[in-house]
Amino acid sequence: MKRLLWPAVVLALLLVLNVFFTPSFFSIEVKDGHLYGSLIDILRFGAPLILVSLGMTLVIATGGIDLSVGSVVAISGALACLQISEDASVFTAVALALGLCLVLGAWNGFLVAGIGIQPIIATLILMVAGRGLAQLITDGQIITVNSPAYKVIGGGYWLTVPFGILIVIGVLAISAFLTRRLALGMLIESVGSNAEASRLAGIRARGIIIMVYAFAALCAGVAGLMISSNVSSADGNNAGLWIELDAILAVVIGGTSLAGGRFSLSGTVLGALIIQTLTTTIYSIGVPPETTLLFKALVVTAVCLIQSPSFRAKVFRGRGRAKPSSAAPEQKVKVTA
Amino acid sequence: MAVPAPVLTMTGIGKQFPGVRALDEVDLRLLPGEVHALMGENGAGKSTLIKVLTGVYPADTGTIELNQAPVAFGSPLEAQQAGISTVYQEVNLCTNLSVAENILLGREPRKRGRIDWKRMRARAGELLSRLELSLDVSAPLSSYSLAIQQMVAIARAIDIDARVLILDEPTSSLDADEVRQLFRVMRRLKEEGIAILFVSHFLDQIYEISDRMTILRNGRLVGEYLTRELPQVELVAKMIGQELAVLERLHGTAKVFDRPLVEARELGRTGAIEPFSLTIHEGEVVGLAGLLGSGRTEIARLLFGADHASTGEIAIGGTPQSLRTPRVAMSHKIAFCSENRKADGLIPDLTVRENIILALQATRGWTRPVPREQQDDLVERYIKALKISPPNPEHLVRDLSGGNQQKVLLARWLILEPRLLILDEPTRGIDVGAKTEIQRLVAELSDGGMAVLFISAELEEVLRLSHKVEVLRDRRLVADLPNDERLTTDVLMETIASGGRAS
Repeated sequence: MKRLLWPAVVLALLLVLNVFFTPSFFSIEVKDGHLYGSLIDILRFGAPLILVSLGMTLVIATGGIDLSVGSVVAISGALACLQISEDASVFTAVALALGLCLVLGAWNGFLVAGIGIQPIIATLILMVAGRGLAQLITDGQIITVNSPAYKVIGGGYWLTVPFGILIVIGVLAISAFLTRRLALGMLIESVGSNAEASRLAGIRARGIIIMVYAFAALCAGVAGLMISSNVSSADGNNAGLWIELDAILAVVIGGTSLAGGRFSLSGTVLGALIIQTLTTTIYSIGVPPETTLLFKALVVTAVCLIQSPSFRAKVFRGRGRAKPSSAAPEQKVKVTA
Repeated sequence: MAVPAPVLTMTGIGKQFPGVRALDEVDLRLLPGEVHALMGENGAGKSTLIKVLTGVYPADTGTIELNQAPVAFGSPLEAQQAGISTVYQEVNLCTNLSVAENILLGREPRKRGRIDWKRMRARAGELLSRLELSLDVSAPLSSYSLAIQQMVAIARAIDIDARVLILDEPTSSLDADEVRQLFRVMRRLKEEGIAILFVSHFLDQIYEISDRMTILRNGRLVGEYLTRELPQVELVAKMIGQELAVLERLHGTAKVFDRPLVEARELGRTGAIEPFSLTIHEGEVVGLAGLLGSGRTEIARLLFGADHASTGEIAIGGTPQSLRTPRVAMSHKIAFCSENRKADGLIPDLTVRENIILALQATRGWTRPVPREQQDDLVERYIKALKISPPNPEHLVRDLSGGNQQKVLLARWLILEPRLLILDEPTRGIDVGAKTEIQRLVAELSDGGMAVLFISAELEEVLRLSHKVEVLRDRRLVADLPNDERLTTDVLMETIASGGRAS
């Protein structure tokens, strides 16, 4: 896949950069029957972002956007922790939380496809209201739970592998199956690429769009369980704060156009990993904390520019200008300069 | 009658777009105090010419002279400042602002840096009274009808000391009364010596208001004529372009059509098409003839459920049906190849294979994918049958040429094995070879029992393929002609021009 080349190169560069500062960066060892290492940490801590980004990919492919995923992350963790603190079984708590997320996602989809509100506005509603809902659930407090079973979701291991990574692999496999083995992916791309032509080809866009938003919320819900389980508490104010922006970024870095149409799940995974690696890198190379956000922004800008064919063409042409053909009209040179 | 010196002269205008020669050596002159109609079918180059004139596009070749002085406009603003104002089909105003604000937006009279509202209202009132209109200029524009909004746009245009006023299809969304009102204003402006360039698809209106016309065809100049000296039939012939060679008709033997498939009774949609009745039999090719904007596409969209009918009913195989969505029409085995394949047809991001199986997949839903083997099989068969090139199913459809894109769209519907296939301009913009192939295919399909509704601006083609021809004019179905020896392109043109009154 040619369009995955640049994200892969960037990720490799970031990883190599880390080796200079942390020589043991690539080493993975087994301690107490668990895998340990920087790479494992990147995967483990990046798991929630990967999940949210997967859902976001499908939403963006339909030509939409979902700003509410961060709030859904908070709601899911809050409801699960509340249930567990009230002595419900972990299974019930998880089922209830994910069920609510599905409903919220379907609501987003209904606003977009049923009523016809622009996606950015429709999901902005839940972005704001959802935070409030999460705070209502937690009563404005941080709910702390002590449940070893719940802890497994974000902090546990299975066959030496962190459980979160397994969940990501599972969700990735399911989405790949639904979109690429079944026909969902093609219909999503069709709707996102040309909605009117899709309607005239007989595609029922409404159901597809509602489903996609519900799926995005479900992914965010699982991510919320992971995050709250990892710290054994739910914080309605801060859980998943701004994760929607990182997710959108991951999708774009992964090569899916914000205009909708063609999408790439593996590209999105690469994009999310780039963002997570960047965060890790900032800590490991010792960027002063007050400049981390700026540093991150610079790297992301560079990544986006590198991916743009027209930018690459310009830079390339700029270097080759020493010996341009004499036929090139002078005016054109002026324009590019 | 002595001809006064033209206000504006365009000479030898040429404009090249990637792959298309949009304008080739076109001349146009506008005389003061005259309404000049710019005529031509869609794609003839009318709008490109207007855009060159108003500075939206630079011309590749040719010169523009305004009052005998050569000019070159770099932007619509420069053209406006030189006295060339344009009112577009879609009213480009802010309906939430007041009438006065709309008229004087960007040129508000000021007093000490602030807008002088009193003078602004007075000035707006003055301009409107020049058009014999008296409105409450402080009311929001949205409180007035579309026609009045159109007048406000004109008032705005003539405020800039206009010497040339371009009206690009101003009447397309107006009713008869509103059109009369607009024409009164146009006559008044004419008396003031303004040169008006008028574009409309309605022939009656052209003959009512214009003094002179310039006809374009395929980006070339056909000629300039005085309206009163050019009969409607000749105008239509010049716009469409008569091909002298009479092609043989593809249907030799007369078939008997006794099994009605789709019957429309008084089907209509307000603002789109007047109620019409139409019966399409099994195996019958029905041609729709008429100029662009005469309601051809609107009929097709109603029969496919792409738009909702506001009156009348439709029966399929004898039982009344309500075609609420394209999907419902598809379940009755009706297929629709739309006219605008870029906007309403193909999915540019998808491959040839995906575009071809899209409609079939849509009918199955996403949970039951068409097995890959079956996909490859179907796609390969249709790529071969329709000679789609390049014959690579994994090619992105947007990289194909127009003719091949059209074939992909056709293949999408043919694999559904429809009983009624609606083809809206299937041969427009494609080369002669592909054109004949598609025509032959239509004939074959109808011999196999499929009904076809065939829409084309090329009368030759309609005559060649159809068993009967429905003639449309000004959004009304005006004639239903069986295709026999007596029906020729001349008769068809006569019918289009006269609106079926003669026959």
